[in-house]
Amino acid sequence: MKRDKYKRPQTASGAARLKTSAMIASIADDDQPVKTAPFGHSLVEAALARPEIVGMSADLAKYTDLHIFAQACPDRFYQMGMAEQLLMGAAAGMAREGFVPFATTYAVFASRRAYDFICMAIAEENLNVKIVCALPGLTTGYGPSHQATEDLAIFRGLPNLTIIDPCDALEIEQAVPAIADHQGPVYMRLLRGKVPLVLDRYGYRFEIGKARILVDGADILLIASGLMTMRALEAAEQLAQQGIRVAVLHVSTIKPLDRETILAEALKPGRPVIVAENHTVIGGLGEAVAALLLRHGFSGRFRQIGLPDEFLDAGALPTLHERYGLSAARVADTIRTWLGGRERRPS
Amino acid sequence: MTGAVGERGHNVSRAFLADRAMFVRLARICGAGHYSSTFSAAELFASLYYAHLKLDPRDPKWPDRDRFVLSKGHAAIGLYPILAHLGYFPPELLDNFTRLGSAFGDHPNMKHIPGIDFSSGSLGHGLSIAVGMALSARVQKRDYRVYCMLGDGELAEGQIWEAAMSAGHYKLQGLIAIVDRNQLCIDGRTEDVMAIEPVEERFRSFGWEAQRIDGHDFDSILAALGRLKPAGTGRPQVIIADTIKGRGVRRMELSLQWHVANLAGDDYADAEAEIRAGLQPYREKAHV
Repeated sequence: MKRDKYKRPQTASGAARLKTSAMIASIADDDQPVKTAPFGHSLVEAALARPEIVGMSADLAKYTDLHIFAQACPDRFYQMGMAEQLLMGAAAGMAREGFVPFATTYAVFASRRAYDFICMAIAEENLNVKIVCALPGLTTGYGPSHQATEDLAIFRGLPNLTIIDPCDALEIEQAVPAIADHQGPVYMRLLRGKVPLVLDRYGYRFEIGKARILVDGADILLIASGLMTMRALEAAEQLAQQGIRVAVLHVSTIKPLDRETILAEALKPGRPVIVAENHTVIGGLGEAVAALLLRHGFSGRFRQIGLPDEFLDAGALPTLHERYGLSAARVADTIRTWLGGRERRPS
Repeated sequence: MTGAVGERGHNVSRAFLADRAMFVRLARICGAGHYSSTFSAAELFASLYYAHLKLDPRDPKWPDRDRFVLSKGHAAIGLYPILAHLGYFPPELLDNFTRLGSAFGDHPNMKHIPGIDFSSGSLGHGLSIAVGMALSARVQKRDYRVYCMLGDGELAEGQIWEAAMSAGHYKLQGLIAIVDRNQLCIDGRTEDVMAIEPVEERFRSFGWEAQRIDGHDFDSILAALGRLKPAGTGRPQVIIADTIKGRGVRRMELSLQWHVANLAGDDYADAEAEIRAGLQPYREKAHV
């Protein structure tokens, strides 16, 4: 049975229709166009042009799609073992000698375990290390040990670090050469495995530091990053059928924020602003936008869609996205309810 | 011990005498300094820079130079006068040590100081960075060696052993760790706070070659440096240098009060006179 992506599971048994396990989770819907391992393949391509690119991983090459690079460029791949502190330190050492290391692990390990090492050895020195991390936000059902629900909050305070939260395969393919060319450290949230292809329909071009309007609409401005842009576009389509015109602004560079574009869109009169992100509502894109708007005289309605300030449950990923409000259906519901003024406790 | 080493040791020792006094002067400008961690490493710094490392002070970025990562960055006042002496920068720049706008802080910054291969200050980082540099040398097919000076207290950091394991795994013979085994960390003796012995066996079990020497004796240091193998595929190499934290100023020797402290008034002159008189026999009486 082809599943209706807008239909919520009615019972606990609703999860039975989901084909993914907790771990081997793809965020792609069954009928969605996908690309396999876009990061790994585009890094190989970038490495052909840039001999200084090397790949490093802390025993997670296979689950960060870096194994594609390791197979294609074995002499430029360094396995550092399950040692994230070493990974960041050694990457800093190689960057100091002129290389451009792409260091991969899970977002939880980079942000929680290796923070000091990224801060002191990489960010302070403004070195060319590209930290590319799988399982950002809620993209695994493994529970808090693997769910990097606060990675952006941790990294946003780090000077010199550019932070990218790409939406789909196309954006990852375009972001890899862009961050390789960028002078300085980058943290990029990675979607791995079979990654949806969405932005090709919008004539999208990735550029570091640039937010883009993907669809325009007069009733509400929906600002989103990462996979939530995909959900925002789906929700906007659904809401359009009900006469609600949603503008979707995709902000894939979390830092530095494209203040000009965000302000220009948000200060257009008459549109409430809602920010959707695959991250806790604390310290991510939502709060960054809120602070920006507050500083520039925005006085309209504002709301966030994001993960709650709690350690999340384990389970099948689509079920979890329903539960925590990240599915397209829940995004559409939230917007409809909020605009209708029927929501009692906006978060 | 060969005569040649003895002579070189003497020369190094002469070049070095002024440096130890300079450490004290710098600490005085700053108002406080890491005297004792610097004094323990003083002969090691001098031996490396005056007699061993492959360097060209006129070209601090020379691609084939040996790299030196001072993982125990709080001993930077031990390095600055030597770099000045060698001509990396005019010595008068040190007159503004730690003042706002000066390139020279308590901890070394590679972005501002010629001759500093990597910034440091947060302990535990240096050996991983040195691993990355040694891997780089291998890819670049260059034969420089990468030296990393570690404090003994920072051996309690897990990252050190991640790096030690990887250096053994990658057989980075061009990676040289030098442990300033000065016996003390901030809260006490390392063996009371977190025991690191038997430190040679620990490194050996991670695939390293280990030597243990008297870290205040120039002949021993130079002989150990002379025994190091060239960069290549083989065991990474560690020199455990037994030293005395605060060596050379009696009141500081193995005293927990002098990790960060300041000399004032007559004490300053006393300490300077003690340094100028040269190293006195170590008195086996710890102030711990």
